Amino acid sequence: MYAATSTTTLAAGHGALDRPAKESGFWIGAWRQFRKNKLATISAFFILAIATVAVVVPALLPQTYSDQDLSVSLQGPGWNHPMGTDALGRDLMTRLVFGARISLSVGIVVQIVILLIGVPMGLIAGYAGGKVDTLIMRLVDVLYAMPNLLFVILIMTFLRGQFGSEPNGFTRILADADAKTGGLMGVYIGLGLVSWLTVARIVRANTMSLKEKEYVEAARGLGANDNQIVRRHLLPNTIAPIVVAATLGIPGAILYEAGISFLGLGVIPPMPSWGLMISDAIPQMRSHPYMLVFPALVLSLTVLAFNFVGDGLRDALDPWMKR
Amino acid sequence: MNRGAYVIRRVLLLIPTLLAIYTLTFLLIHSTPGGPWSQGEKPVHPVVLERLNKAYGLNDPLWKQYTSYLVNAIQGDFGPSFAQRSRTVTDIIGQTFPVSLALGITAMVIALAAGVTLGTIGALKHNGAIDYVTSFVAIIGISTPSYVIVSLLVLVLSSQLGLLPTGGWDGIFSTRIIIPAFALSLYPAAVLARYTRASMLDVLSADYVRTARAKGLNERGVVIRHAIRNALIPVLTVSGVILADVITGSFFVETVYSVPGLGRYFVSSITERDYPVILGTVLLFGFVISVMNLIVDLLYPLLDPRIGAR
Repeated sequence: MYAATSTTTLAAGHGALDRPAKESGFWIGAWRQFRKNKLATISAFFILAIATVAVVVPALLPQTYSDQDLSVSLQGPGWNHPMGTDALGRDLMTRLVFGARISLSVGIVVQIVILLIGVPMGLIAGYAGGKVDTLIMRLVDVLYAMPNLLFVILIMTFLRGQFGSEPNGFTRILADADAKTGGLMGVYIGLGLVSWLTVARIVRANTMSLKEKEYVEAARGLGANDNQIVRRHLLPNTIAPIVVAATLGIPGAILYEAGISFLGLGVIPPMPSWGLMISDAIPQMRSHPYMLVFPALVLSLTVLAFNFVGDGLRDALDPWMKR
Repeated sequence: MNRGAYVIRRVLLLIPTLLAIYTLTFLLIHSTPGGPWSQGEKPVHPVVLERLNKAYGLNDPLWKQYTSYLVNAIQGDFGPSFAQRSRTVTDIIGQTFPVSLALGITAMVIALAAGVTLGTIGALKHNGAIDYVTSFVAIIGISTPSYVIVSLLVLVLSSQLGLLPTGGWDGIFSTRIIIPAFALSLYPAAVLARYTRASMLDVLSADYVRTARAKGLNERGVVIRHAIRNALIPVLTVSGVILADVITGSFFVETVYSVPGLGRYFVSSITERDYPVILGTVLLFGFVISVMNLIVDLLYPLLDPRIGAR
């Protein structure tokens, strides 16, 4: 279905006939299609803005997320603290900005973990078929029946336990990184280990249909081995659906992290996650509603923006599926 | 394949699935360092610790703990809770799960009614005002976590206006269920509205709908007699999975609104290393999800004969 190689039909479909057909024609066409979707384009700029703020602003701020000043605790938004302060006198805007780092990094790193597991699993299952396929898909079915949130929490508790008790070698590196980032490694790996199933299914289905195509058969006839067929033919033609699945997976990962941190099982305080900020705000929301409003609003807008970009990408990369 | 044999095979497949879930959970919790008694402010005296471990069989070799819990669980005995030693897990689940179930089903009924109605109207008045309202509601439902919605509803409806209670549980025939059920229903309603709208648009452009119009049937008849019935097939099948999600995913709402459901227990059972409660909850939720998936898979060919024919 996702025959990215047929540049001519695509170019015609996107009115790009004046361009010489070359390898990147598919992506140029997709980019033009994406730009036509205003909501997706605005969302992409919004995400870019949040990402820039998350990367740049913390270095410019005089205080950091854990600096306390009890003399100004629970102040509403004002000149010194544009979004007010919490019960410990921490500047909420600073915490929100650091929280953006966490949410965005969770969204992206979790997708990387998912792709690292899901793509090979799907490729192997779809290409090998037979017993290997059955085995992998049984595993996927079992994991689908696991209650997701409970499973994430269990895996994270397990990882935290491993990090806490005399780690060595590779776990040592992870444990150090986990301690430095306020427990983010556990979140990344836990969420990744639970969420790779859908990507594996997409890649498997795609591989199964692609491997029957004439050009794959032609490559095999010309003496290409399995490794070359997978790397040169199957993987490149699966990239579009993978990109779409990964982008649409980001908002879910961000919401999961916020939810787990909301329950007090995610990032370790004083690291400010948006979910943790929301849960901090709830006991005081009657007297200090601003504490709830800002993190909740930014969380919703970010999740929304990723959803719109994902939808836009799907329409752009997948002209046959669009309705 | 023979249909009866297929059903039996699918039902029997539940056993290895649940066994795998049990094994995975068992291995995860037992390879996590620390035990149920090492929590809390004061360290437990070593002699007491030894006796506790002995009394609860935690000194037994792992394979023995694995098999004895499994054998008891099959007979419906999920063991004593470590954290609340006077109660068994079966007691706790028996008291709290019906609450989660009642809340989840109520939310699902709201979600189905709202989602299907909004989705259908959205599709019929494609790009009209109601379509935009539907899309807007769907957007909020998909992007705002349930705990934020509960908090905002409590803030406005309970604290500011004093219309509804601020928390608690009194069964489904009480005003206390309004806020948690509504908050829990928003996300599934949004998903269902999207599904209904897409499916309805799909069906409305089908040949048999054109035929129905061509033979002079009015729009109302077309929608009710021909379109809705077919449009709801994918909606019904996705509902099974969503219902499992709602029942097993209510703990944010339960936490914020102080609803005494099972979800709240699970969070504390993890931090307290309450092994039997963790295992019992995961198994129960795994069972609910598997059964829902099974029902959907078995219903699908009945609702849509084209599937069974293949």
